[in-house]
Amino acid sequence: MQAKRFDPIHVLKYLLLVLATFVVLFPPYVVLVNAFKTENEGSSPFALPESFFNFSNFATVIERADILQAFSNTFVIVIASLAGNVLLGTMVAYAIGRIEFKGKTQILGAFLVATIIPTITTQVVVFSLIQSMGLYNSLYAPILLFIGADVIQIYIYLQFIKNIPYELDESAMMDGASLFRIYAGIIFPLLGPATATLIILKTINIYNELYIPFLYMPKQELVVVSTSIMRFAGNNQAQWGNICAAILIIMIPTVLLYLFLQKYIFSGVTNGAVKG
Amino acid sequence: MNALSYKAQRKLILISFLSIPLALLCLFTYYPAVKLIYLSFTDWNGISKSSEWLGLSNYKEIFTNSDLFGVFIHQIPYVIIGVIQNIIAIVFAVILNSKLRGRNVFRVMLFLPFIMNAVAVAFMFQYVFDTTNGSLNSLLGMIGLSSLQQSWLGDMSLVNFSLASIGFWRFMGYNMVIYLGAMQSIPGDMYEAAKIDGSNRFQTLWYLTIPNLTKIIQLNMFLTLSGALAVFDLPFVLTKGGPAGASETFLLKTIETAFQFNNYGLASAMSVVLLLFTVLILGIQNAVINRKGE
Repeated sequence: MQAKRFDPIHVLKYLLLVLATFVVLFPPYVVLVNAFKTENEGSSPFALPESFFNFSNFATVIERADILQAFSNTFVIVIASLAGNVLLGTMVAYAIGRIEFKGKTQILGAFLVATIIPTITTQVVVFSLIQSMGLYNSLYAPILLFIGADVIQIYIYLQFIKNIPYELDESAMMDGASLFRIYAGIIFPLLGPATATLIILKTINIYNELYIPFLYMPKQELVVVSTSIMRFAGNNQAQWGNICAAILIIMIPTVLLYLFLQKYIFSGVTNGAVKG
Repeated sequence: MNALSYKAQRKLILISFLSIPLALLCLFTYYPAVKLIYLSFTDWNGISKSSEWLGLSNYKEIFTNSDLFGVFIHQIPYVIIGVIQNIIAIVFAVILNSKLRGRNVFRVMLFLPFIMNAVAVAFMFQYVFDTTNGSLNSLLGMIGLSSLQQSWLGDMSLVNFSLASIGFWRFMGYNMVIYLGAMQSIPGDMYEAAKIDGSNRFQTLWYLTIPNLTKIIQLNMFLTLSGALAVFDLPFVLTKGGPAGASETFLLKTIETAFQFNNYGLASAMSVVLLLFTVLILGIQNAVINRKGE
């Protein structure tokens, strides 16, 4: 216990953590202070702006980058994809977790092997598929691509289902409930905490996805958050103040989501990797 | 009462609950993968109904044309930095796994980059790396290291390291949280036993913690290596492969080949090569780990 007074390793730990925190916060800090600077405030990039109430950069971005349209399109895609995805994910988990049948391991295997195939590599074919379905340049394209259940989601749900006592199903069956009612009335609600975690993680994923909206929705009105900043920055190479404001607007929603719901995010990331 | 027996219901549930998810999986993952292999032997241009069978000539083109296969050299920095990233992630996981005041705050901070929008992060780093106004060069000037100021994204030998370090910034905390989760699932009594046996903290780390992480290290290394093989978004947003093609990656080339030059046949072959490399990494990793385990 006497080592507790001065432990050089303890000091070293804090030094490293502070250094790492500095590295993490340095780029966002620079973006934050410069988003509030006017073009003429050409001081050092680290200096604070003359006023944190100078919203002119933000006004420019909202006006010229279609940011409101981008948020509303992203919102529609997130809601529709997640509604379908939660439904399909819980259904797969119920079928696999509660019913014995031949080929169960093969089906799980099929979902697992799919994660090895990098999504972007198959886009050459998926692109012509989407085109032939007439979904190119429509919100349905990303929704359809995000809706499918993935293996991490299935594993997280299966973990959860295992912990729901089977007696609940049995007593419902004694009362003559159909299996569909057991799924909808007992299992689905009890999967709530897992669903919350998955919804948050997937919202962040879809919100941050760049390539699928870029490839499938080049139309101006179908801009989403990720593509809006690309288009905007493409037109305004030099205006750092504007770009910083755009970066900030885009980053804030997920950062807030993260700070308030970190518990769910950490449990999702850890469960998906460690137990899966 | 239900008209159907539970046996019949089970069948019905299996069919109705599994058919849509499996159909989506087949339609958007397996069918494209198989079709990709077929297309890789043809000269399909993406539009026409017919295409000519070319045999292996697309593959020959990939492996003999250094413009295509050669770009993998640009991805070596991503592998190097990815390995360093995992080592540092383990170090920070060990730090945060010890009794430490404020460790949750640090965990939240270090994981923060992972949840940020990738495009916003890319543009943020354009500002960091800018030669004249960039904050990194300003910082170096401020602390008296002007001699280290660089054209971070404009220098052909530096650009891939700069881009890869953005990946480091984004994913180190993510790897760390996964390692941390794995460390916390190591039973506490194993540490008790190690303490009783008189092992110091480095011995505990080396002989107890790390061996228990093998599986997770393998998973993280697979994610890092397959990520390095399929690098695409950072050069796509920030450099468009420049300067003078120095930050082109194989996947960026594949996408250009397909969607700019409409050479879908060649692009399919390139995708198949990428896929095979990914499977190869997985296979080698498994073989190495399994041999070690025996």
